[in-house]
Amino acid sequence: MSPRTTTIAKAVNEGLRRAMEDDPKVLVMGEDVGRLGGVFRVTDGLQKDFGEDRVIDTPLAESGIIGTAIGLALRGYRPVCEIQFDGFIYPAYDQIVSQLAKMGYRSGGKLSLPVVVRVPYGGGIGAVEHHSESPEAYFAHTAGLRVVTCSNPADAYFMTQQAIRSDDPVMVFEPKRRYWDKGELDPAAEPLPLHAARVARAGTDVTVAAYGPMVRTVIEAATAAEAEGRSLEVVDLRSLSPLDLDTLVASVERTRRLVVVHEAPTFLGLGAEIAARVTERCFYHLEAPVLRVGGFHLPYPASRLEDEYLPDLDRVLDAVDRALAF
Amino acid sequence: MTVPAVGGPGGRPPQPPLVQLLTPEGERVEHPDYSLDVTPDELRAFYRDLVLVRRVDAEATALQRQGELGLWASLLGQEAAQVGSGRALAPQDYVFPTYREHGVAWCRDVDPVTLLGLYRGVNLGGWDPAEHNFHLYTIVIGSQTLHATGYAMGVQRDGAVGTGDPARDTAVIAYFGDGATSQGDVNEAFVFASVNNAPVVFFCQNNQWAISEPNERQTRVPLYQRAAGFGFPGLRVDGNDVLAVHAVTKAALDRARRGEGPTFVEAFTYRMGAHTTSDDPTRYRIEAEVEEWKLKDPIARVKALLARTGQAGEEFFAEVEAEADRLAGHVRGACLAMPDPEPVSMFDHAYRDPHPLVEEERAWFAEYHAGFEPAGLEQAGAVAAGEARR
Ligand SMILES: Cc1ncc(C[n+]2csc(CCOP(=O)(O)OP(=O)(O)O)c2C)c(N)n1
Ligand SMILES: [Mg+2]
Repeated sequence: MSPRTTTIAKAVNEGLRRAMEDDPKVLVMGEDVGRLGGVFRVTDGLQKDFGEDRVIDTPLAESGIIGTAIGLALRGYRPVCEIQFDGFIYPAYDQIVSQLAKMGYRSGGKLSLPVVVRVPYGGGIGAVEHHSESPEAYFAHTAGLRVVTCSNPADAYFMTQQAIRSDDPVMVFEPKRRYWDKGELDPAAEPLPLHAARVARAGTDVTVAAYGPMVRTVIEAATAAEAEGRSLEVVDLRSLSPLDLDTLVASVERTRRLVVVHEAPTFLGLGAEIAARVTERCFYHLEAPVLRVGGFHLPYPASRLEDEYLPDLDRVLDAVDRALAF
Repeated sequence: MTVPAVGGPGGRPPQPPLVQLLTPEGERVEHPDYSLDVTPDELRAFYRDLVLVRRVDAEATALQRQGELGLWASLLGQEAAQVGSGRALAPQDYVFPTYREHGVAWCRDVDPVTLLGLYRGVNLGGWDPAEHNFHLYTIVIGSQTLHATGYAMGVQRDGAVGTGDPARDTAVIAYFGDGATSQGDVNEAFVFASVNNAPVVFFCQNNQWAISEPNERQTRVPLYQRAAGFGFPGLRVDGNDVLAVHAVTKAALDRARRGEGPTFVEAFTYRMGAHTTSDDPTRYRIEAEVEEWKLKDPIARVKALLARTGQAGEEFFAEVEAEADRLAGHVRGACLAMPDPEPVSMFDHAYRDPHPLVEEERAWFAEYHAGFEPAGLEQAGAVAAGEARR
């Protein structure tokens, strides 16, 4: 396949398709993923091409989806579960946290649970409640799960396949408001390892770390800052558990300042963990405390308020100003 | 691997009889267990409710198309299920709806305009549940069935069942869809209601679809038959027959109020429109099915009965149309006039008592926001670069 421009949604679709072609044990399951192709059309055409045995329209029950995926995995399959929206993952929380995450450990390594859970997440699409949440920290906090998130089509394509190949359970958070963002995809390229962070834009004055939907926001902020004479280095974290701290620390040692940006509330979010760990490793390099930009300590508000709630270019630059002013 | 078709060719389970008092052609029929005396006034009132509710729904769909609402979940086709059951409620009864119960809201005197706030994105549910005994809309599928059951357990503890006082005895009704019956929460609600003999009616609108998934993806038995396994009665009613829905719901509510426990009512109906305005049903269902259900329209049959029996004439029908237009005008006008909330208001109500972190963030936000206003800019000379940006 030749390099091309595609969207994140299509790239996930192609990643799933490749994985299903490569391994007959790969299954896709979830609500409306078959005939409809998913509410975001991410699984479009898969049921037609791989059949109802491999692309399963499940009953409307998230705990059931993950619980039966665990059983299928025990039988040698590699289920890829779609949770329709972030806010509907909680009925499956017990199966994910108590069973999926811990079963391998409980078995003393005798069992492997190669289950992938795909979650369209984040806000910015003007949706009604429960359709705009960022629950990634709950899962990153849970030992036994790997947690990754893509910000562009190439990562979407490769990370989907890498997650499916992993013998551990992997939560893949997909930035739903960026599903239709375009980017380059070269299927023949050598992908980064699943858990590597990436310097998305080089800079010298402040490191801004982000992931998923906020990567684009931060790159736009970096462009705006450049016009004002400030050089931001943007790190796309890509993996939330494990964290690739080496890439981040190397950047912070150069810039001596770090701002972490995510949509999820800052209180006990990924930014808090990153701030603590980067501070431990870079204490003598830092010119300013690590600052965080994120959601407030509130339930996700009504959609007409989401532009005020969500971090945006101005909020990122405000934090950059504060980091530089120390 | 093939799952054998349910009940032979075609895959549809053999359909059991349903309670019906008014045929699609508008003929009154008798049912051995459910009878209903309806005065001409009552029949005209049902007709009026059905027409008004449909008109509000159509207006909301139009408002969404014009960008005034972010989303709308249409009740088109389900008017009789909602009005028939909603009008069976006593004032003290309590309702736990999904996101589609605009017709029940109407019966509980919730101004339709208030329903739009959630879909316009200006709030998360604008009405006072206690004022109408009508809970907030619940979007997470099935959750509200447990809330209804718990509420009903509270009713029992208050001694508000089985007293024989019609103004005191209270029933609770939980609305949910066919898809919802697969959720653990819903099945747990059945268990809790059953073992507690709670005064709750489980009102399932089986509109045949859960987004793109037909009934067969959720069940291999008619849904109402599940109730037996949980230990309470279930029945299927023609959900497009407002009289039958009214009669069976009234009986189920009365039974709950007498302290005889839960009932599962399966209102067999059809989602005539898309799942929501974001959905495209042409991707997964055939038009012939919709056409078939058009012949079972819930409003046409009431109109036919009214006209044929001389209980209403052209003048009445025209009056209701005119009232529907006025109501739609009110909904449209009030929707357009609905202001966006003040940004800082998002910090209200996350807690009842002050929470230091929320207060800190509120103060930060207010100050940050002030920096964007013209007056704020003048004072913000210190951050010169910031000014240029803003
Ligand atoms: C827990 C949960 N999972 C998924 C969804 C997404 N979703 C919204 S409506 C719906 C289908 C509901 O079908 P049904 O219960 O039949 O009700 P209907 O919409 O047909 O009235 C789904 C899957 C949700 N709202 N909540
Ligand atoms: Mg349904």
